[in-house]
Amino acid sequence: MTRSFLGMPATAPPGVGHLRGAEPFPAAARRALSDAQLRRNLGHATTTIRTKSAAVVGEVPDWPQLRAAGRAIKSDTMARLPELLEQLEAAVTAAGGTVHWAADAVEANRIVTDLVREAGADRVMKVKSMATQEIGLNEALEAAGIEPVETDLAELIVQLGDDRPSHILVPAIHRNRAEIREIFLRAMPGVDPALTDEPAALAAAARRHLRETFLSTRVAVSGANFAVAESGTLAVVESEGNGRMCLTLPETLITVMGIEKVIPTWRDLEVFLQLLPRASTGERMNPYTSMWTGVTPGDGPQAFHLVLLDNGRSAVLADPVGREALHCIRCSACLNVCPVYERTGGHAYGSVYPGPIGAVLSPQLTGVADNASLPFASSLCGACYDACPVMIDIPSILVHLRSQAPHPRAEAAAMAAAAYTMDHPALYAAAQRAAKLSRLAGPRGRGLPPPLSGWAASRDLPQPPPRSFRQWWAER
Amino acid sequence: MVGRAVTARELILGRLRAALAEPGTAPAEVPRDYRSAGSVAVDLDVLVHRLTDYRAAVHRCAEADVARIVDEVLGHRRVVVPPGLPRHWLPDSVTAVPDDNLTAERIAAVDGVVTAAAVAVAETGTIVLDAAPDQGRRIITLLPDVHVCVLRADQVVATVPDALARVDPHRPLTWISGPSATSDIELNRVEGVHGPRDLHVIITT
Amino acid sequence: MRVALFVTCLADTLFPQAAMATVRLLERLGHQVVFPEDQTCCGQMHINTGYPDDALRLVRRHVRVFGRYDVVVAPSGSCVGSVRHQHAMVARRAGDERLASRADEIAGRTYELSEFLVDVLGVTDVGAYYPHRVTYHPTCHSLRMLRVGDRPLRLLREVRGLELVELPQAEQCCGFGGTFALKNADTSTAMLADKMRNVLATRADVCTAGDASCLMHIGGGLSRLRAGVRTVHLAEILANTEADPAGERHAAARATPPTGGAR
Repeated sequence: MTRSFLGMPATAPPGVGHLRGAEPFPAAARRALSDAQLRRNLGHATTTIRTKSAAVVGEVPDWPQLRAAGRAIKSDTMARLPELLEQLEAAVTAAGGTVHWAADAVEANRIVTDLVREAGADRVMKVKSMATQEIGLNEALEAAGIEPVETDLAELIVQLGDDRPSHILVPAIHRNRAEIREIFLRAMPGVDPALTDEPAALAAAARRHLRETFLSTRVAVSGANFAVAESGTLAVVESEGNGRMCLTLPETLITVMGIEKVIPTWRDLEVFLQLLPRASTGERMNPYTSMWTGVTPGDGPQAFHLVLLDNGRSAVLADPVGREALHCIRCSACLNVCPVYERTGGHAYGSVYPGPIGAVLSPQLTGVADNASLPFASSLCGACYDACPVMIDIPSILVHLRSQAPHPRAEAAAMAAAAYTMDHPALYAAAQRAAKLSRLAGPRGRGLPPPLSGWAASRDLPQPPPRSFRQWWAER
Repeated sequence: MVGRAVTARELILGRLRAALAEPGTAPAEVPRDYRSAGSVAVDLDVLVHRLTDYRAAVHRCAEADVARIVDEVLGHRRVVVPPGLPRHWLPDSVTAVPDDNLTAERIAAVDGVVTAAAVAVAETGTIVLDAAPDQGRRIITLLPDVHVCVLRADQVVATVPDALARVDPHRPLTWISGPSATSDIELNRVEGVHGPRDLHVIITT
Repeated sequence: MRVALFVTCLADTLFPQAAMATVRLLERLGHQVVFPEDQTCCGQMHINTGYPDDALRLVRRHVRVFGRYDVVVAPSGSCVGSVRHQHAMVARRAGDERLASRADEIAGRTYELSEFLVDVLGVTDVGAYYPHRVTYHPTCHSLRMLRVGDRPLRLLREVRGLELVELPQAEQCCGFGGTFALKNADTSTAMLADKMRNVLATRADVCTAGDASCLMHIGGGLSRLRAGVRTVHLAEILANTEADPAGERHAAARATPPTGGAR
């Protein structure tokens, strides 16, 4: 094997992790749409967060300038990604950390598992992390006899409920307080049977449940929101304090980070620390942000390992249009404003990355053929682009990826025929005269083949006019 | 090169360089026409509003009166004390537990903690701790249920860029905006999960 | 002013009354309307469904047909959005830089109807009369690709006899999205249901918008519900006057649900 072959950008391998759904989006969406409780929970939650976010974004007079700066920093980062990663590695190493490189999910899982074993631990506590969900780290640890404990409240709800996350920020967004109470009563050892469904009571139950874990677990695994190349500083943005617990209490800290999370300079944080909380939880600032550089003697973990994860990101970077998806700072604003996400929820997307950003990121990480329905899971309404704090043009990337998706043969033939006809005005006019679609099919489209029949199932087809505009014009 | 094992590092960097071989990937200029450090005047009332809005309790007093406020909040309780804390901030009524490498269990068993701060951001209601001797190890502000943080007015800056310009990235930093909270249940903010459930900020003038 | 009408394939074929109204309106305002008869479709459906190679010939045609006009106006935010934001991209993707720059030039002088009226002609009172209770749905592409903002509302507020009622959650997508409505019919239907609920809550007689495509979608749903609310293109309202209620008569005839014959 030659180096040039090895050096080709590669997609994430199948069979490991959670980037590929079991069924196409329309089929999964259909099931979700029929769940009235899910629709109510999602509608309530996304409406709440949209209102909150809009209010705190409105307080910032230079929001457009911050967005433009965020976008430019990310573009610059992608253009210089190899050198920035080398710079980060050098800075982390100089500060007493150890840097590991993982080409894919299998390698990352092996590295983390080996590190936990070397630390002599059979349990790890985890801060919510998209990267470790993406690679299926929990399953890999369990297979190696190591118990992973999720400490984020929503992740805990998902883990105790034997469920799957459905949102980047709030993985249990599909659950309401009553359902969460039921899960806790069923699966949380030693829970007070008189537990109410008051959110404060539920949060307090999680506090009691996890306190002993925090105090006794010697290894923690986290993700990272940002990694500063010039200083080697890692940043984790959170709310509950479980992140601080995991980043402060254990002897060994292992951080798994997608390579795109690096930013060039310390100063760049001034942009993202303003954009992220307001776009994400709709707060001026999230309750806790932890920043650490390598190891601090006498304070916090005395062993720090940083795992830099590719797992398909190099393939995304190779696409000059699609690479903008790597700019994502995982705020989930695009999910909260998406009319499709609001109705189907996150599970329908199959991947751990749901919503508009998932619809452009997942197919690129896996190769479009493995997530072929996702680029079409959008009405291209553009709300995601407007909400994105780093101005990712998600609609344009969706359209770009649609051209790479495998097309149904009949559709491709019809599209080619339509383009040909439309490029020949005489044929086009003749086709207009012939196209009395609903007269043939009836307004309910009973005579129509799929997919037109799907549309006509709940809408009447327009009545064809007696004559087209061009006929009227010609006769005028 | 045939036959030589390629490390993951070489493999990834090689992939990335190949990915960037496409045209149109020049480094970008970053427009920084947002409000940069030093461009906004500090307004203490904004800080008070933002802290209160996120359920922190705010006290304003002369430096000499700090002990009185601490007495009100933590009187007759056990309090962890970082090594460099000004002793006159502690009233006689509290039982001081100095942090001389206390175990996590012992810290978790006390009622509260009193610290100074490195800097505070008015616009976001944020206090930044940098583990200096008057703030102590990160763990001591995490496990006790009440955190009293004493802030000098001249430590307050207007914006996030101001704060980043003031702190040292090589120190462990904890940015705190209100008490521990979660938005995980129906996206409503609920105070009080794993960190301190009560945050008191004393601003001295 | 001499204005080339970019009719859009949908208005040409299925909603000619919107295009006819555009012609009547512009002529009433004293402008000369020409209809380049070699135009067909801007190719948006092909582009958005993943067929940019097929769309290329339609982009080429559009550029050839409209290249010689100083001003191009279309009664559609979506099709103008495609011309403005997609045509050059399709050309560049195919490596045709010359076509791309010509497409950009044409995009610079192509206007959605409300943009043309308010920005180019500087009018908001077009002398229209429309004695109905009307609610306005801002279509996604006019709102977020073109940023037409409140231009359509400013035009509607000047229409005599018209009672304008605000549409709740107006900026939510109706669920059309071109082939999205076919490929994800269930999700599209769920979105449409919420849009229709909001339209019905206004108790308006007429729901208007600047895109025939979204109106077809919303109107198809309302018609199925026998809701009694008509969908009427913005151009038809603006073309209607007391002296010339032709558009209104036409609209009323069209407003009978497509199932009208069976009732």
